[in-house]
Amino acid sequence: MSDQVAYFFQDLGQYLINGIAQGSIYALVALGYTMVYGIIRLINFAHGEFYMVGAFVGLFLIQAHLPFIIALPCAMLGSGLLAVTVERLVYRPIRKAGKIQALITALGVSLLLQYLGQNLLGADPRPFPDALENKTYMMGPLMISKIQLIIIVTTVILMGALRYLVMYTKIGKAMRATSYNLEAAELMGIDTNKIISFTFFVGAALAGAAGVLVGMYYNTVEPMMGMIPGLKAFVAAVLGGIGVIPGAVLGGLVLGVAENLVIGFWVSTYRDAIAFAILIIILLIRPAGLLGRNTREKV
Amino acid sequence: MKICFKILALCCAVTMTMTMMTVAFAAAPKGEIKVGAVFPMTGPSATFGQESVNGIKMGLATINKAGIKGQALKVIFEDDKGEPVEAANAVRKLINIDKVVTLLGSVASSNTLAAAPIAQEAKIPLITPASTNEKVTMAGDYISRTCFTDDFQGVVMAKFAFESLKKTRAAIIVDNSSDYSKGLSKVFREKFTALGGTIVGKSEYAYQQKDTDFRSLLQKIKRENPDVIWLPGYYTEAGLILKQAREMGMNLPFLGGDGWDSATLQKLAGPEGIKGNYISSHFSSEDKDPMVQNFVKEYTKLYKQAPGAMAALGYDVIFVLADALKRAKTFGPEDIKMAINSTTNFQGITGNITIDKNRNAQKSAVVLETTANGFAFKQKVAP
Repeated sequence: MSDQVAYFFQDLGQYLINGIAQGSIYALVALGYTMVYGIIRLINFAHGEFYMVGAFVGLFLIQAHLPFIIALPCAMLGSGLLAVTVERLVYRPIRKAGKIQALITALGVSLLLQYLGQNLLGADPRPFPDALENKTYMMGPLMISKIQLIIIVTTVILMGALRYLVMYTKIGKAMRATSYNLEAAELMGIDTNKIISFTFFVGAALAGAAGVLVGMYYNTVEPMMGMIPGLKAFVAAVLGGIGVIPGAVLGGLVLGVAENLVIGFWVSTYRDAIAFAILIIILLIRPAGLLGRNTREKV
Repeated sequence: MKICFKILALCCAVTMTMTMMTVAFAAAPKGEIKVGAVFPMTGPSATFGQESVNGIKMGLATINKAGIKGQALKVIFEDDKGEPVEAANAVRKLINIDKVVTLLGSVASSNTLAAAPIAQEAKIPLITPASTNEKVTMAGDYISRTCFTDDFQGVVMAKFAFESLKKTRAAIIVDNSSDYSKGLSKVFREKFTALGGTIVGKSEYAYQQKDTDFRSLLQKIKRENPDVIWLPGYYTEAGLILKQAREMGMNLPFLGGDGWDSATLQKLAGPEGIKGNYISSHFSSEDKDPMVQNFVKEYTKLYKQAPGAMAALGYDVIFVLADALKRAKTFGPEDIKMAINSTTNFQGITGNITIDKNRNAQKSAVVLETTANGFAFKQKVAP
């Protein structure tokens, strides 16, 4: 019996590690959803595709033998620039047209990028070259792979940087002001168009980073890869309270850990059912999400 | 309200006229036999579809040099994206718009299962080159296949695990979104326990297509201490599972079916993940048969890559069809069906094909070992 108890705790620890690694990815993607929603109230369904593009940029650079430490920021830049372009060409002209129009357009952009990717790059999943020697470290009976550590550490660093950017810089202050009240911010002399572009850039850059990390973690990159993580990250953002930055992080981690616990201790096929049941229950109890307040605080 | 109705009626009338006109114009010109082909050209099983189509096109070029009773064979290709709904739509389009007399496809059993009832109802023969799930040909007398079934494949691998590898504790990981995978796991479970082996675990170990993280699932399986794992999925997920399992220190052999038979598997699993696993398949490019070697040589010259099983199956299916067309009394669907169903001892590169009374092909299977340099021929198993 005591053996079984020991096994239980070992497994629990292992599922938590796996869950935190996966949750970190969801969190990085969820941040972009939540920031964009916070600032212009748009659910940007094309966000998963920014993540896919980041993964491909990272893949090509690492195939060209650039080290991870250079490929990661370049991929972030690539995703960010794509997002700024999409915002400028598509979202900005229809911003005043209404929420539903913007939402449908976002879905359109998402499908456009998916199928464009499939035509240009082919549908076949591509393996990620081993940019880093993959090792597995043992912490007692628990295993943590080097790449899991990198995912968790990179996520923490990026989130720290984001927090600093939003709370302690001038542009961060402008972002908060724009999200609080766009018209008023404009009257105060803030170039809100620029701020919105910048928000898209930062959100997509984080998704791009997640794309590279995922490519390395699972060793597969393909044009449709953004769809499901995009959806899960959207759930994570809503779970944490959409528009609230720490909420996206918390939502991502909760979702990742919950999924892995369901797989481990229950039947794996219930994974998504349980994950979404948790979402429904939390929203029934706290309609604004875990960290959302009913007052209108955003970004 | 009334005006609305009138407008609606007018719209209907216009649409119907237009449809009829399209149909009239689309009628086949003389001297051409129209055949529809539905394969996944994009999506998670895209390489299977592309290989099948390559095989068909290569065979088609040879067939059309001589023609069939003075007529050319024309194949219209449609993409099912690896999704059942798309497969059903593509088949409807080919039957209603293109007026094909025979259908070929698809790869994944779930897709063929979606397409088969439509072909059966329209009385258009459908031959699948690669769908191995039992239920596929049960859709009716117009549906046949030129590959073996899961029953045979599952039995071959259960025997291989128990008798050749001497393994007694098997875990089964099933792709819950695939009829193919569910069929194979059921047959393996029955045969392996009948031989005296044990299937570990209380509940099923299952995943869904497009999943990417299997670490927690594998951790759970590791706890049960199996000595072999039956993983009858497709290469996209199987590759990732192999890689993650080896990283977690699970060095036991994984066994798969023909769903693994793609060069992409090696790339996804990586050099460590690929080593020491076995699959059953339709064809080995290492087979010494001169007919096979000739096919391998020509295919490699044409497409700059070695053919996988799907290419060989695609190549065979078009020749089986051509053979049937030559024997058919007319080029009407009814006569073509009769000719296909009476195929006996057809010499294909994937073996001798005889369509039995359940419209399944009786033929041999090969067991291949997965290595970093490709699939190595292990043994051939007759039906």
